[in-house]
Amino acid sequence: MQSAHPATLTITADSPNGITLLTCRGSWTLPYLSGVESLISNIPLHANAQIDMSELDDLDSSGAALLHLIVELYHHNGFTTTIHHFSTKHERLYSLLYSSYPPKQPAPSSLGRLYLLGYHTYNSIRGIKDFLTYLGESCMWLLYTLLHPSKIRYHSIVSHIYTTGAQALPIIAISAFLIGVVVAYQSIVQLQKFGADIFIVDTIGISLSRELAPLITAIVVAGRSGSAFTAQIGAMKMTQEIDAMKTMGFEPFTFLVWPRVFALMIVIPLLIFFADIIGIFGGMIIAQAHSNLSFTEFLNRLQGALAIKHYIIGIVKGPFFAFLIAIVSTYRGFQVSSNTESIGLYTTKSVVNAIFLVIACDALFSILLTKLKL
Amino acid sequence: MSSIVIEATDIVSAFGNTVIHDHVSCTVYQNEIYALLGGSGSGKSTLMREMILLQPFHSGTMKVLGHDFNTITPLQTQELRRQWGVLFQSGALYSSLTVGENIAILYREYTDLSPRLIDELVNLKINLVGLPQHARYLYPNELSGGMIKRAALARALALDPKLLFLDEPTSGLDPLSSRQFDALIAKLRDLLGLTVVMVTHDLDTIHHIVDRFVLLGEKKVVAEGRLDEVLQIDHPIIDYFFQKGSHGIKG
Repeated sequence: MQSAHPATLTITADSPNGITLLTCRGSWTLPYLSGVESLISNIPLHANAQIDMSELDDLDSSGAALLHLIVELYHHNGFTTTIHHFSTKHERLYSLLYSSYPPKQPAPSSLGRLYLLGYHTYNSIRGIKDFLTYLGESCMWLLYTLLHPSKIRYHSIVSHIYTTGAQALPIIAISAFLIGVVVAYQSIVQLQKFGADIFIVDTIGISLSRELAPLITAIVVAGRSGSAFTAQIGAMKMTQEIDAMKTMGFEPFTFLVWPRVFALMIVIPLLIFFADIIGIFGGMIIAQAHSNLSFTEFLNRLQGALAIKHYIIGIVKGPFFAFLIAIVSTYRGFQVSSNTESIGLYTTKSVVNAIFLVIACDALFSILLTKLKL
Repeated sequence: MSSIVIEATDIVSAFGNTVIHDHVSCTVYQNEIYALLGGSGSGKSTLMREMILLQPFHSGTMKVLGHDFNTITPLQTQELRRQWGVLFQSGALYSSLTVGENIAILYREYTDLSPRLIDELVNLKINLVGLPQHARYLYPNELSGGMIKRAALARALALDPKLLFLDEPTSGLDPLSSRQFDALIAKLRDLLGLTVVMVTHDLDTIHHIVDRFVLLGEKKVVAEGRLDEVLQIDHPIIDYFFQKGSHGIKG
């Protein structure tokens, strides 16, 4: 590259004939412009201007834009400008760039607060309506599939059971084990004060199988498989695979949604059972280490203390959680639009919604079961 | 002859064991519109990706704007990348930014110009590529195919590059839009003194605006030169590519 002189602008105000003389020198190209630009505010706007280009080395479209800005500044204030000694090449560039120049359009004005309030309210109401429509439509297709059992995608269900269930075992094991350890540690300190060490078995057995194991399983599955469902369906939406499926008569609800829902409804109860075992085992280890409660004593006590209803209540919650996670995450997947940002946005929304719904559903269960005295 | 902008010599490239280029050489001169041609899978897009430092090659030398890619330092790479503009096939506009912001981001990153001048520059570029003024406030997913190409071209031209790479600029456009886009590229070449390198399949584009081209086939250079020169050569790939004898370009 040839060495270039930085762009300069010399302002000579009040020259003999009363006009301002602006002399442009050097290379008016993008890399060299910043020095000149700050000078614009120094330009006196009280007389017509004459712009001298005789010592201009180079001009590119950015330099032309700056020149145009200066000229506009004068015109805006009711003065005229004349450009002198413009080389043919530069004049041609400048005039071609600005020959058919439409007036600048202002940015669309930002919206008022009242408008935004209405906009967001309307959107949330519409969101609920859309979700209900989705739910209704999927139920319609469920009915259709149940009436035509040959349309059930068994292969797809099995493969989802493998990815959401079998492959989730390690993370479920670690989470449940640690929850068991934490519950044991927290309660053993309190129980020892009363000399009631043996009740650690009741605490761990009931709290894990009835509440904690189902909840932790559902949250891990929502984060792991719910996000995957949204991302898978979202990516298919972006690449128009879903449109292709529809044109071939492959209904997305029977091909994509229900296999995932069914798979999770089968998998989550099994995972809860697994989490029960591992969680109680974690508590058992701590009980032995901390208050010399042997495994045999623990298990003996567990058989008396843990009524079967607690275990069943825990397992029964599973399909409900599974349904909520799968429906919300597939719904969010279908909402993905064509831009790359939306896939991340809806995956986040899907996980947040799924975890919220799981916790809300769990609270509902608690209230209901208390009323039923279970 | 004017000066050389890109010089590729004996380029060999391969994906795994599949050889893409077997000693390919070509030269691009200043201020010309140069096309990389070839059938699907002939490695023309790969050659362009090698020219814009997106993909390494196995052996050979590639010199772009005086920089030899075999000896270039990371800092020089950064500097060189600011001297060219690239128009990707699908536009590759940043979907989270409006068209105006897509252009302005380059000025914000690489210059210390005031928001007022940046605003003026964005307007100029949008006008230059023939987009309506309100387009600058639209997001890429609100644009039609032709507008996306124009917006991406405006972004490629933001830093006033002297060298412009176009990857299939007229693909996905209707014939009228394609010809308008060709005319725009030819106009910008004359106006801004650009050197344009493009990958294209469009015989009309080749016929109307391309000055010189290289035709790749069977991993090698089949021919390089002006259209009338190349059509003189008797070679099956040339006959096939230009559909000589049927409804294609006549010699």
